[in-house]
Amino acid sequence: MKLKRELCVRMLSKMYEIRIFEETVDDLFARGLVHGTMHLSIGQEASAVGSVFALRDEDYILSTHRGHGHCIAKGADINLMMAEFLGKETGYCRGRGGSMHIADIEGRNLGANGVVGGGIPLAVGVGLSLKMRQTDEIVMGFFGDGAANQGAFHEALNMAAIWTLPVVYVCENNQYGMSMSTNRAFKIERIAQRADGYGMVGVTVDGNDVLEVYEAAAKAVDRARSGGGPTLLECVTYRWKGHSKSDQERYRTKDEIEAWKRRDPIKLFRERLLTEGVITDQEAAGFEEQASRTIAEAVEFAKSSAEPDPDTILEGVYA
Amino acid sequence: MKEMTYAEAVREALREEMIRDDSVFLIGEDVGTYGGAFGVSYGLVDEFGEDRVRDTPISEAGIMGAATGAALMGMRPVAEIMFMDFTTIAMDQLVNQAAKLRFMFGGKAKVPLVLRTPGGSGTGAAAHHSQSLEAWFVHVPGLKVVMPSTPYDAKGLLVASIRDDNPVIFVEHKLLYKTKGPVPEEEYTIPLGTADVKRTGRDLTIVATSIMVPRVLAAAETLAGQGIDAEVVDPRTLKPLDEETIFKSVIKTGRVLIAHEACKTGGAGAEIAARIVESDAFNYLDAPIVRLAGLDIPVPYNRNLERRMVPQVEDIVAAARELVG
Repeated sequence: MKLKRELCVRMLSKMYEIRIFEETVDDLFARGLVHGTMHLSIGQEASAVGSVFALRDEDYILSTHRGHGHCIAKGADINLMMAEFLGKETGYCRGRGGSMHIADIEGRNLGANGVVGGGIPLAVGVGLSLKMRQTDEIVMGFFGDGAANQGAFHEALNMAAIWTLPVVYVCENNQYGMSMSTNRAFKIERIAQRADGYGMVGVTVDGNDVLEVYEAAAKAVDRARSGGGPTLLECVTYRWKGHSKSDQERYRTKDEIEAWKRRDPIKLFRERLLTEGVITDQEAAGFEEQASRTIAEAVEFAKSSAEPDPDTILEGVYA
Repeated sequence: MKEMTYAEAVREALREEMIRDDSVFLIGEDVGTYGGAFGVSYGLVDEFGEDRVRDTPISEAGIMGAATGAALMGMRPVAEIMFMDFTTIAMDQLVNQAAKLRFMFGGKAKVPLVLRTPGGSGTGAAAHHSQSLEAWFVHVPGLKVVMPSTPYDAKGLLVASIRDDNPVIFVEHKLLYKTKGPVPEEEYTIPLGTADVKRTGRDLTIVATSIMVPRVLAAAETLAGQGIDAEVVDPRTLKPLDEETIFKSVIKTGRVLIAHEACKTGGAGAEIAARIVESDAFNYLDAPIVRLAGLDIPVPYNRNLERRMVPQVEDIVAAARELVG
C-alpha cells in the first residue's frame, strides 16, 4: 500500500487526540473531577480510527460504552465532549448522558450505548431507513467481543443480511468482556466466523494496525454503499486499562498487558511512517503536541462551563 | 359516520397515515400477506408494497431496534409485536433505548415510533398469549401508553400516536377487534392524554380501560335498573393521564371504582387511586376507593378459570352495589 501523507497525518493526529483525551479524563477522574465511571479504549485507537476514516462525513456511526475513540474519530468537538464528561450544560448531552451516552447527532454519531449490544439492532433501523430513502449513505455499528454473545447480535445481523442493508458492523475484539476472556466465552477462533451463519462477509484484521483496519473497512464500506450488504469486520485488539473504574485486574497478568503494550498501535504507526519517510520525527512530535493543546483547551472550556440549571431537570424526556 | 370494527378502524388509521406521510411504515412478524396474527394489517401490503409493510423474522428485539433506529433517523415506524407477552423479548430496545435516547442525548434526538400490540385474555391462549402488561410501560419515563376501547377511539388515537414525536405503546385488545362502532368519514385525531366520559351519572365513578369499558357500560345499564346511576370514565391513555377529567367526576359522585384486566398488584389502578388520594378530589370521597382487577396469577387456560381471573359484568355490578351500599 502506497501511503498517502495527508490521510496518514490525519489518522496519526486523531490517534493522539484519542489517547491524550483518555489519559486526561483518567487523570481528571483520579482527581475527583469526573462523576461516575468511564470505559477507556487506550490501546484500541487503531480500530476506531482505521474504521471511521473509511467513512464519508455524511455516513453514520453507532458507538458503545467504550466509545470515546469512535466519537473523536467521527470528528466530535473535543470541547463539547469534555464538557459532557464534567456534566456541564455545554456538553454534547447537556450533562444528562456522560461518558457512556455521548451522541453527536449533527456529526452523525447516533450515540454511545450503556447496554452491551444495545446499538446492534439500532443499526438495522438506521440502515433500513437509509435504504428506504435511497440515499448512498451507510451506517457503521460498533460493538465489542462481549456483545457478540448477546441475543440481539443474532437477531440484528440476520435482519441486516436478509435485507441487504448498508451496514458495516465492527466488532472490536479487545479480548475481554469485563473479566471473561474470549477464550472462555467463545468456542470459535475468530468472531468474524459468525458472519457465515448470516450469509454476510466476515473479515478479521489486526486491530492494532490502523492501515490494515482502514483497508478492510474501506472494502466493507464500498460493499455497503454499492448495495452489496453488510459486513462483519473484527478488529483484534486489546484494552490496556481495566473494564471500568471498578476493575481490580484479577483476571489477567501484567506480562500479558506488557506484551500488548509493546504492540502500541500509535507507536507502530508512527514508526512505520518514519521508516517509510512519510513524516519526520519532528513532525510526529508536533502532532502529539497539537493534540495535547487541543485536549488542554477542552479541559479549560469544560471547567469554565456552567452546570445545568436544576430547574431544567424535566426537559428532554418527551419531544 | 360509518360503522366499522375496531380492527378495521386500526387498519384505516394505518392506511390513511401511510398515504399522508411516506415516512410511516409497518414492521413486524407476518404483518404482510398474512395480515398480522389478528388480520389487522390485512391487505396493506398489496397497496403499499413489501418495503413499507415489512415482514420480519421472529426477532422481537430486532423489530424494536429496527423501529427505534429508523425513528432516530426521522422515519415514523409502526411496529407490531404479535402478542403483548412478547414485548418482554424486546424490552431492552423499548425501555433502555427507545424511551431514553432523547433524554440521554440532552433532548437532541427524537424517537417517533408506535408499538402496536394486542393484550388481554379471553381467547383461551393461556399465560404466554394473554397478559396485560401496560403498567410496566406506564412506569417508564419517555414512553406514552394508549389503550383504546372503541373503534372511534382506536382510529383517532392511533392517528395521534403516529403523528406524536415520542415512542407510543398502543395496546389493542383481542376481544375488541370484532366489536363495531361509529367512526367519522372525515379525518380526525384524539389528542393523547384526553379521557372520555363514556356515560354520565351521579352515584359513583367507574374508571375503566380497554375491554373493561364495554363491560362497565353493560354493568351500568344493569345498575341503572336498580336505581344506581354510574358515571364511566375511560382514560384512553394511561400516560399521559387526564387526571382532571377523573378528578372532576370523583368530585361529582364521591365514590370511585377502578376496573382493569391487568393483575391488581402494581396495576395502573393503583396509580390512578393514588393520584385521586393526592388531589383535592380526596376531600370529596364518601367511601374508600375500590379496585376491581385481574387476580394476581398467570392467566389460566381453563375457560372458567380464565373468566374467573378477570372482572366480568356481574363482578362490576356487585362491586358497584357494595360501594354505593
